[in-house]
Amino acid sequence: MSNPITSDLLLQRLQERFGEAILQHESPYDLLTVEVTPSSAHDIIKWLKEDNELALSFLTLLGAVHYPDQTGREMAVVYHLHSLVHNVRLRLKAFLPIEDPSIATITDIYIGANWQERETFDFFGVKFVGHPNLVRILNEDSMDYHPMRKEYQLEDATREDKDDRFFGR
Amino acid sequence: MGKVEVINGVETFNGEGFQLAMLDKVIAAARANSVWPLPFATSCCGIEYMATMGTNYDVARFGMERMSFSPRQADLLIVAGTISKKLAPILKQVYEQMAEPKWVLSVGACASSGGIFDTYSVLQGIDRVIPVDVYVPGCPPRPEQIIEGIMNVHRLVKHESLRRRYSDEYKHLLTKYNLNEDE
Repeated sequence: MSNPITSDLLLQRLQERFGEAILQHESPYDLLTVEVTPSSAHDIIKWLKEDNELALSFLTLLGAVHYPDQTGREMAVVYHLHSLVHNVRLRLKAFLPIEDPSIATITDIYIGANWQERETFDFFGVKFVGHPNLVRILNEDSMDYHPMRKEYQLEDATREDKDDRFFGR
Repeated sequence: MGKVEVINGVETFNGEGFQLAMLDKVIAAARANSVWPLPFATSCCGIEYMATMGTNYDVARFGMERMSFSPRQADLLIVAGTISKKLAPILKQVYEQMAEPKWVLSVGACASSGGIFDTYSVLQGIDRVIPVDVYVPGCPPRPEQIIEGIMNVHRLVKHESLRRRYSDEYKHLLTKYNLNEDE
């Protein structure tokens, strides 16, 4: 461990190793955020964990964001990684089309991703290919849609006692 | 000869070595003074109910000393807190497991109407799955309000017919909620 691992060095290593797969990068609030191709996300996370120098071996969280206006890349899957050794964080994003939001599971790398992927599937409908048990985790099993997608209203559709005029609907 | 006295709301005729009273009134008074509650508490209303159970407010004064955490031995289901749609079938099952006669007290805005949780995952009032006898408003209601609700349940218990569950209205109500017992 000659030189300290910083965000800049991390980005440099990623670009050296994966080149084409690194699409964009920015650092909002000093958190290095890298957009990668969906097909490479699994391998990048695996490499970051196994690389002895970088040691980004902690999955802080995994989730999704729905951007209905970005045609062809509506669903963002977001991974937050943390190097406990160097105290460096990294945010990885992969954008998927809404028609087929499929991405490889990372449960083979982080067992802890199991429930987080189930939650992301439950609320956004992202299909994690290879997940051992991709079923709803928080919502009732009979629910027939993914409620955090923007086309569904947040309010309960069966409520009768609210007059739309008073609630700005 | 004896004299007429009113004991605990029950009119009695007392004489030398005997006491006369209407049996249904006596039973109703006995029931009302020993209602065993089942607290189904899920959130802050449950905390208020705990205060109601505690020494300051003390529901034990009204014969409610024993909280029944088994629905089999409970008379009054106290639903205090937000009920999510995923929890609704469990609440219904608890209600079904209670023996007649049984009453339901809905404590707080969430149990009564969904409250501030006007959202896809929250049941918009427990009266969508089980019949409710008394609603207590508030977010959360203070223990005084909960006791007022309990007093209203006691009033129901005292004045309802002992054969309420055989009445057409009650049967109709249960049919509405798909709660008919298989006989």
